[in-house]
Amino acid sequence: MKSIALTVVLILGCLLVYVAQEFPGFGDPGAPANVHVSPFYIENAMRDTAVPNMVTAILADYRGFDTLFETSVIFTAGLACFFLLRVIRRRAPESRLYRHIPTDLTIRIEKGGRLPASSAEFQRIDSVWVPYDLIIHMTGRLIVPFIQLFALYVIAHGHYSPGGGFQGGVILGAAVILFALCNNLRMTVRRFSERTNALLCSLGVIIYAGTGVMCMLLGSNFLDYGALAGLLGVDRIMARSHGIMMVEIGVAIAVNAVMVWIYYNLSSVGRQDEGL
Amino acid sequence: MDALLSFVIAKYNYWVVVLLIMIGLYAMIAKNNLVKKIIGMNIFQTAIILFYISIGAKKGATIPITFGEHGPPVAAADFINPLPHVLMLTAIVVSVATLGVALALALKVFRQYGTLEEDDIHSQIRKE
Repeated sequence: MKSIALTVVLILGCLLVYVAQEFPGFGDPGAPANVHVSPFYIENAMRDTAVPNMVTAILADYRGFDTLFETSVIFTAGLACFFLLRVIRRRAPESRLYRHIPTDLTIRIEKGGRLPASSAEFQRIDSVWVPYDLIIHMTGRLIVPFIQLFALYVIAHGHYSPGGGFQGGVILGAAVILFALCNNLRMTVRRFSERTNALLCSLGVIIYAGTGVMCMLLGSNFLDYGALAGLLGVDRIMARSHGIMMVEIGVAIAVNAVMVWIYYNLSSVGRQDEGL
Repeated sequence: MDALLSFVIAKYNYWVVVLLIMIGLYAMIAKNNLVKKIIGMNIFQTAIILFYISIGAKKGATIPITFGEHGPPVAAADFINPLPHVLMLTAIVVSVATLGVALALALKVFRQYGTLEEDDIHSQIRKE
């Protein structure tokens, strides 16, 4: 098996090296990829959309359909993870571990024993016992708001600097995942519940598609943001800029929710009570 | 010899891509563990992303962000090709999402068979 695989891979490698001889050199301005449609984008992006960052202008405006369906792919992936893994049936665990906060003692409650779900003195911990670490706990608590702030900056400045909905959404999702890693999954699910998550997932895609439908209702093509000019009270070019902003916000919400949702389901094998 | 060397240097981005594709494909075919196969798939995707990004590069050009309304006029030769960046921006996030689905499937398989080794799973299926 190994030798067959090695032969196949080596044949493929030789083929690719052979083909690469015909390819343009690295950084060649006259390469086919750089001469057909991309000069049009580079020269017209600013004039058409008033967005200095061409990547954002192409992503949400010239190639809006592509991005819409990429967002749908991410949404579908989140749903797929949910349907593959989620175990809805609630079954009480055999035993639970609680930490007594003032004394740092761990107590085990067997089946049938009872403790209030949220007590100021006791904190439920995962059954794979991990010692409480103050440093990790506090660092996470301190750093998460700044990560979220940075994510909002990345989303809002997608027009003027490298950034945008996808990047900002991933950073927002990473902040929530970091919170879950520093504390525990139950605490995170309490703050950012699965219901919110599912709603945000679909809300993001709806914002994107809804912006497109609004353009249609105002008498233009799907995702032709120039049609929003009358609604927003600006000229057609600025309307395209604002339309890109709306779409980016939708993308960010969807990506953020999907990242967190996938993490919830993967880390707890769909039970969402105990995880990493 | 010099001609060969300059040829190798002029197209070094493709050699890196070819190497990564070979590593990824080998892992996908030959590895026995499903998670290692998934990692191989991810390496393969990374190679494709690197390929796209590297063909968008231009010598003497800067990042594809103009100076705004008051800057000098925009010439296509001064900015690298933004199109591969757009395509790969979405591809990276989609690859993370598909990685999540792949890991979810691997978890399902583990729950069913208690192992992620492919030959163990095959022998269990044959026994049934």
